[in-house]
Parts: sequence; C-alpha cells; structure tokens
Amino acid sequence: MNHPVFPPDKLAKVKELITHYPEGKQKSAILPILHIAQDNFGGWLSTETMDYVAEILNILPVEVYEVATFYSMCNVKPVGKYVFEVCQTGPCMINGSEEIIQYIKDTLHINVGETTNDGLFTLKTVECLGACGYAPMMQLGKFYREHLTKGKVDAIIEECKKTAATNN
Amino acid sequence: MGRKLLFENVQVEGIRGYDVYRREGGYRSVEKALGEMTPDQVTDEVKKSGLRGRGGAGFPTGMKWSFIAKPEGVPRHLVCNADESEPGTFKDRYLMEFLPHLLIEGLIVSSYALGSHVTYIYVRGEYSWVIDILETAIGEAKANGWLGNNILDKGFDLEIYVHRGAGAYICGEETALLESLEGKRGLPRIKPPFPAVKGVWDRPTVVNNVETLAAVVPIILIGGEEYSKIGVGKSTGTKLISACGNINKPGVYEIDMTISVEDFVYSDEYCGGIPKGKKMKACIPGGSSVPILPANLLLKTAKGEKRLMNYESLSDGGFVKGSMLGSGGFIVLDEDQCVVKHTLTLARFYHHESCGQCSPCREGTGWMEKILRNIDTGKGKMSDIDLLWDIQRRIEGNTICPLGDAAAWPVAAAIRHFRDEFEWHVLNPEESQKRNYGLAHYADPLEPAVAAV
Ligand SMILES: Cc1cc2nc3c(=O)[nH]c(=O)nc-3n(C[C@H](O)[C@H](O)[C@H](O)COP(=O)(O)O)c2cc1C
Ligand code: SF4
Ligand code: FES
Repeated sequence: MNHPVFPPDKLAKVKELITHYPEGKQKSAILPILHIAQDNFGGWLSTETMDYVAEILNILPVEVYEVATFYSMCNVKPVGKYVFEVCQTGPCMINGSEEIIQYIKDTLHINVGETTNDGLFTLKTVECLGACGYAPMMQLGKFYREHLTKGKVDAIIEECKKTAATNN
Repeated sequence: MGRKLLFENVQVEGIRGYDVYRREGGYRSVEKALGEMTPDQVTDEVKKSGLRGRGGAGFPTGMKWSFIAKPEGVPRHLVCNADESEPGTFKDRYLMEFLPHLLIEGLIVSSYALGSHVTYIYVRGEYSWVIDILETAIGEAKANGWLGNNILDKGFDLEIYVHRGAGAYICGEETALLESLEGKRGLPRIKPPFPAVKGVWDRPTVVNNVETLAAVVPIILIGGEEYSKIGVGKSTGTKLISACGNINKPGVYEIDMTISVEDFVYSDEYCGGIPKGKKMKACIPGGSSVPILPANLLLKTAKGEKRLMNYESLSDGGFVKGSMLGSGGFIVLDEDQCVVKHTLTLARFYHHESCGQCSPCREGTGWMEKILRNIDTGKGKMSDIDLLWDIQRRIEGNTICPLGDAAAWPVAAAIRHFRDEFEWHVLNPEESQKRNYGLAHYADPLEPAVAAV
C-alpha cells in the first residue's frame, strides 16, 4: 500500500484525539482527524489519505468517503496552495461581496472553483462564515480576512506570493 | 446603559487569559455550585431564572435539563452547540474568542447539574483560531484544578473536549450535531426519541447553545430569581445581539431585553443608525431563518406599539405581522438594497445546506433558488411569485427537521411584505437590472390596526 503517513507528532495528536471519545466509538474522531490529514497532505483528501484515516480508525474506507463528501471543508479534489473562500450570503452581499469576487476573478484570471495555472490560488465561494458584521470577508487557511477592499485583496495576493517564494 | 451580565469584563485587558479572568472574579460560580449546592439545586436556579435557549428556538433551559433521563450506569453528556452558522449570527464566536473562560465556567457548572463527566464543545470547523483559544483556556482551567478528577475536592470529575466540525450548517440542528459527533454525515434524526433520552452514542444528552451555557454563570452568582427580574415577561436576563448589514456600528451587543428596536438601531450605544443618512428599508431581526420585516413593521407592532428587542414583542403579530428574536442575528437593509436579491442569497444558502433527506426540502429549496434567480435577473413571470408561495407552503411542516421551515419562512415573509417589489422586477425586467426598487413605502408610518367591532 502506498499511502501518506503522519509524522510522529501528528500521529501522537491523532491518537490523543481518539481518547476523547468512549471506547469503541473512535469513529467520532473522524472530522478532527480529517482536518489534520488535509493540513498535512497538500490541502485535500485523496483516496489514499482517506484510506489511511480509515485504517487508523479501524473503520471501512467507505465510511470515510461518505463523511468527507458531506462536509464543505473537506476538499476531495486538489486545490491551490492558497484557497480564497469568499462569503457570498446576504449580509456579505449587502456589503459588496460580489464586487470582491469579481475583482479576484479579474485579477487572478480564474472563475469560481478554478485554480491558477501556477497552482497557487483557488477561488471558492462559500456561505455565511459567521463574520457578517465584518463583511465582506473571506477565509484564507486558518484565519479570516475581514472588511475586504480591492486594495486588501491585492495585498493578500502579494503576501501569498511572497510566502510561497520564501518557502520554496 | 443596560446591565451587562456576560460582557461586564470583556474590555478588561488580558481577560482571555486565566489569571486576569480569575482575578476579576472568574470561577466563583463553580465554587458556589460545587461547594454549596446539589446538582438539582443548580437546575432549580436555572429554572427560576426563566433562561431560554439562546440558540434560536428559545426553549426554557431549566425545563430542558430536568427532562434528562438518568438510567442506572449509563453516562450522560452535555454538548455545547458552537456550530453558529445562521446567517447574521456571530455572537458565539465573539464570546468564545474574548471570554473563553466564561464559557468553560458555565460548562463546568452545567455539567455538574446534569451529571456529565465528559462534555463536548462542537465548534464549526471554520472557527479554527477560536478552537485554539478554547483549547488553551481548557488547558489553563485544568492546570488550575477546575477540570479533571475530584474538582475542588468535591468528588466531581469533568473533562471538556473541543470537537471540530467541518462546514455544514445543518450540524447546528441538535440531532444532526449528535450524528456528526458520532463521526457520521450530519443527517437530522427523527424525534422521538429525544436527545434527553437517547442522544450521542444512545446516551442521555443535553445540547445547549454557547450563550445559554455562559448565562448560567451569572444565574448562579446572582440567583435565578434576581436574574428573572432583569428583562420583561418571559424574556428574562440579557441577550447577545450580533448586528450587521447597513448600520454604522456592526458588532456584538449585550442588551437588556427592555430596549426598543428603534433605540437599538439608532442610538450610538448600539448600531448607531444607518450610514450616509440613508433610510432603513427592511430588517431580519433574528438570523436568516426568521421573517423579514419592512422598517415600519419592525419599529412598531401592527397595534401601533413600540416594538421591543425581546421574544414576545418581536413575535407580536405572529408570522403575518411579526418576526422572531431567534438567534439574535440582526440584519439591516437600507433603502438601496434589493429584497429579491437578498432573499435569493438566502434561498441559495438553504439549498446548499439542505441535507437532502426529505424531498420537500431537498427539491423545494432548489426550486426556490432557481425561481428567485429568474426574477432577480429579469427573467421572471408573474406566476412565479405565486409558485414560490406555493412551494414554500409545501415545505413548511413537511420535513424531518426545522431547516425546511427555516428555508420557507424567509421566502414567505419576503413575498408577504414586499410583493410589489417582486412584481416590479417581473414588470420591469430591463430597468430592474439597472436600478433597485428603492425604499418605496416600506418605511411609511403604519395606520394602527383598528380592533374589529
Ligand atoms: C437548521 C438548524 C440550525 C441550527 N443551528 C444552530 C446553531 O448554529 N447554534 C445553536 O446553538 N443552535 C442551532 N440550532 C438550534 C439547535 O437545534 C438547538 O435547538 C439548540 O442548540 C439548543 O440550545 P439552546 O436551547 O441553548 O438554544 C439550529 C437548528 C436548526 C433547525
Ligand atoms: S428538512 Fe432538509 S435539512 Fe432537515 S432533514 Fe429534511 S432534508 Fe435534511
Ligand atoms: S454573510 Fe458572510 S459571514 Fe455571514
């Protein structure tokens, strides 16, 4: 079997997570573990990754596929290094999320759901992220970027390009 | 200024950390509850307080707690609902981000009352930095003896774990949340059995909102009776309102439920009025699932009375002339906003979030989105408005969980109150692509309804 393997510290974290649930109910740890897996293995969940999680939890692979395809944060297809998840629900729309989405499309030359050719950026639209008072906004990795303007979007793109360049 | 029970110390520097929180009197409710009260006495205080669930439905918390089954030898669980995904709602995030120890304190006291030795906080997956804050706070609480075995030498054991969700509004519905906590798809369960009898892993479970559980702290400190005197009628205590949309000061406010909607919108203490001197056109006062109201009906009830920011007053007039306090997600639309378009974004939201188990919800939400998109883009027909009305009626009440109703109500209310705006879109397909219908008569003073003789 050719599958990814968690580094020791992550594996320890995964084992610790499983202890949060009663004996025999280890399947409960699936979402927290899928988050760790996604963060570790390229930002998405390949079949191999999901099979590996199934093995760790001692459940059938199909049980993992079933769950991963239900939750919007689980990427079952590859994504760019930086995923712009822009909220488009009512309160954000009122505050100009449409213009922000259009601006990102124009600047990166991609449509919603697409990734730039260099593999750096993916644009997604998402529904309310609980930041309605700080709209328009997007999620980028672990954090929210709020009160977006075109200028801020430019700055974020630059910042991502810089980090990508220093990490390579 | 209204009395603050939750946010009293929110501005104190360093309150997120344990030392400052404790210095400011934190964890005294745990000392009081574990030291002087039995679990049933804690539940009694919560009953006396009149506290109603802050997650949206407003069910009395003390009563909910007293329903929990206590079969011999079966563990019970408290689960804190921090899935917060109702559009317009961002109060729980604020509370957890700035006062994590307040939530933990409330969880300890509530777990003691319910006999839960392992309590979970189910947090929406996107709030990942909030999860770190909570985990740090849990670590601090544990290091200082507030969690673990034999807390305060009183023989009570408790662990609190954060469980990270992964993006699904439906997991805020309590039975879907429990399925998700079991590691499955978030498909709501048919009730009965109720979670209080068979919840997570078939064990008796109570699910409560973040704000509800935090409110247990002041209830224990000042006593249920004192708490019940704050507010009015069955709206006791204080409520967190997250305000957004076209207002000068979006944010999270703790209000005393006696203030008027008008004061809330226009006073500088709260929303600070509408930007650029514009007029308010409409408002959804309690999160996207509750009926939208035109400005005139928001500020005054159909009887011509001032509307107040509480459960009873906001629902005065029922669904025809009123709305609901719901989750406290207060969304304001100014004169430049288009109600059709706003409703379309909500229909799309519910379509996206429907779990697909019931056909009226799965199919109906999709149809509503499609029809609303047609009307919004100038491709609608007059008959579409009646069709929309018909579809929402067929969803309401015909589904496993309340998401179906939550999807139907906003559409029903938008048509009920803003029908002329919908008709204008249909009759003016080209013009409607260039400008919005505007304020129209939606802020005009209402003729007070005359009682039928
Ligand atoms: C579709 C749907 C989504 C919900 N989302 C939430 C939520 O995000 N947070 C919450 O506390 N309650 C939510 N609820 C309400 C819960 O089902 C439940 O009533 C609540 O957590 C009970 O806590 P409370 O009594 O303290 O309010 C939702 C209900 C439905 C039908
Ligand atoms: S009403 Fe909708 S969300 Fe609720 S169970 Fe049925 S299909 Fe799922
Ligand atoms: S509508 Fe965008 S964060 Fe709520």
